[in-house]
Amino acid sequence: MNLFFQQIINGLTLGSIYGLVALGLTLVYGILHIPNFAHGALYMVGAFMSYFFMTDLGMHYWIAMAGSAAVVAVLAILCERLVFHPLRNSPPIHDKIAAIGILLFLEAVVQMFWGSDFRRLSSPFTGIMNFDGLIIPEQRLLIIVGAFALVIALQLFLRKTMTGATIIAMAQSREGAFLVGIDANRVAMMTFAISGVLAAVAASLYAPINLVYPAMGHLVIMKAFVIIILGGMGSIPGAIAGGMIIGFAEAFGGFYISTAYKDIIAFGLLVLILSVRPQGLFAKGAH
Amino acid sequence: MLFKLGSLLMKPGAKMALLAFALVFPFLAANEYQVYVMASAFVWAIAVYGLNIITGYCGQLNLAHGGFFAIGAYTLGLLTADAGWSFWPAFVAALVMTAVLGFFVGIVSLRLKEHYFAIFTLCVGFIIYLLIDKWEELTHGPIGVRDIAAPSGFGLVDFTATTPFYYLVLAFLVFSIWFMGRLSRSLLGRTFIAIRNGDELAQSLGINLMRNKVLAFVLSTTYAGLAGALYAGMVRFIGPEEANINHTFDMITYLLVGGIGTLTGPLLGTVGIVWITQSLQFLEEYRMIIFGPLLVILVIFFPRGITGQFLTWMHHKAQSLAPGKKRKESKVQTASTREAENNA
Repeated sequence: MNLFFQQIINGLTLGSIYGLVALGLTLVYGILHIPNFAHGALYMVGAFMSYFFMTDLGMHYWIAMAGSAAVVAVLAILCERLVFHPLRNSPPIHDKIAAIGILLFLEAVVQMFWGSDFRRLSSPFTGIMNFDGLIIPEQRLLIIVGAFALVIALQLFLRKTMTGATIIAMAQSREGAFLVGIDANRVAMMTFAISGVLAAVAASLYAPINLVYPAMGHLVIMKAFVIIILGGMGSIPGAIAGGMIIGFAEAFGGFYISTAYKDIIAFGLLVLILSVRPQGLFAKGAH
Repeated sequence: MLFKLGSLLMKPGAKMALLAFALVFPFLAANEYQVYVMASAFVWAIAVYGLNIITGYCGQLNLAHGGFFAIGAYTLGLLTADAGWSFWPAFVAALVMTAVLGFFVGIVSLRLKEHYFAIFTLCVGFIIYLLIDKWEELTHGPIGVRDIAAPSGFGLVDFTATTPFYYLVLAFLVFSIWFMGRLSRSLLGRTFIAIRNGDELAQSLGINLMRNKVLAFVLSTTYAGLAGALYAGMVRFIGPEEANINHTFDMITYLLVGGIGTLTGPLLGTVGIVWITQSLQFLEEYRMIIFGPLLVILVIFFPRGITGQFLTWMHHKAQSLAPGKKRKESKVQTASTREAENNA
């Protein structure tokens, strides 16, 4: 029973992280129609920024996370301005290749400064909570709570603020948004900034129970793509639900089937789903 | 100056000169290592030509190309090192294997539209990497495969030496380019280009989308398998690194620098970049710092690569020389320049 509960906690932890990363990816896709292959690099830079702020500048975990989110948000805005904006009217293959270019560049730069070694981010939350025999490590609880808080904050921002409303409007109809005078550039920059913040926070939350290294974004970004295909590209609830599905599939698959092949589970699922439904599971109904 | 180089490439004599240079290269090279570097550049060029079929002509960004390269290499490696086959039967098996796998992956993935296809193939590439890395009973996992057979020369030549192997690779490369040239001028090649220009448009012309896309994909993976098998025969030791996604990104860079959808582009791009990175050794470690921005700059400012850019310039020049004709916007010219580039 305890082991089963442990897998649920693992599934929730993984699902929260994947959900956060996929959320940023799906926002950018839903609003700008860019499948941002560089999103995993933003995630990786987020982890390294937190590592840098904590280890080299001796900042507190929370401040480091906020700093990392700010840096990655600016980086994401730069990507939009310098790369994706000039490619707005190009054939679709171009922005994908450009995103790969950004990915390669960011990875190489991080590797130049920090090398390709595996590093550990130490979080102040190392304790273990015991609920009547059910054990939850504090960091995992923090990940789950943090992810939910962030998703709620994002929802409030999108629904309750004027800026959020312009983002939603552009996601629903580009032409309609232009007609009522919404500044497309501002929305594009805002969207990229949000996706960067989500990636950086996800990375900073997850890094203490995982490792920090330049290629750490690869697997996460591919799973995030699987998730947004699963949940319908551009759909926010889809990204969260898809994140949980993959998180649980991996936690239980890794435990009951095979640890070595747990990473293949997500991709196997994708191949299966797309073979049956080429447009993804919940493609309709999303914005 | 650049313009002249561009027009030179168009002349049949230039191709003969390139071939002649390739033939005498082992005698011009300072040492055996240079011959080896050139041979490996040719191997990569064959794979890049494969990528050019599906991505350049057909317009589908295939991110599993490095994976198929690795499957070609591993099929040859495992059959010769573990099953005791000799090189040539294993070589044929590697081609068949990549073609068959390409067929099945193609059938599933090519039903998907643009973005989905790229994401799907990205995942396929990663599945291939994970399988090679984790399936230790079959692939030896991270240890890799040793003692891969070199091609036997039918009792005449010893292909274990660098220079004979160089000529073997060159022969395959020449065949690959020749085949590509025939393809691009054939009805099939034009069908591929019609698909690149738009699914609906192609369908309205009565083109069977699925059949042609799958055919292009199978051709492309077979090229990758051919290159992979040659690579395994050349280095004689392979590991999971062969399936690293970075190899796919490398090949996209070669293709883009040379000129996507052109006939000479893949060769120029691959050989050029391989030589530049080889001669500037310090680049090797941080090459992606240059490759990354290079890709971005290329797609923004020179989306058609070196060769494509030359062709565009030539077209401009030809138009400005033509009496009474106004220069049109470059976007309108693509149809006619594409015509030219396919014959380049």
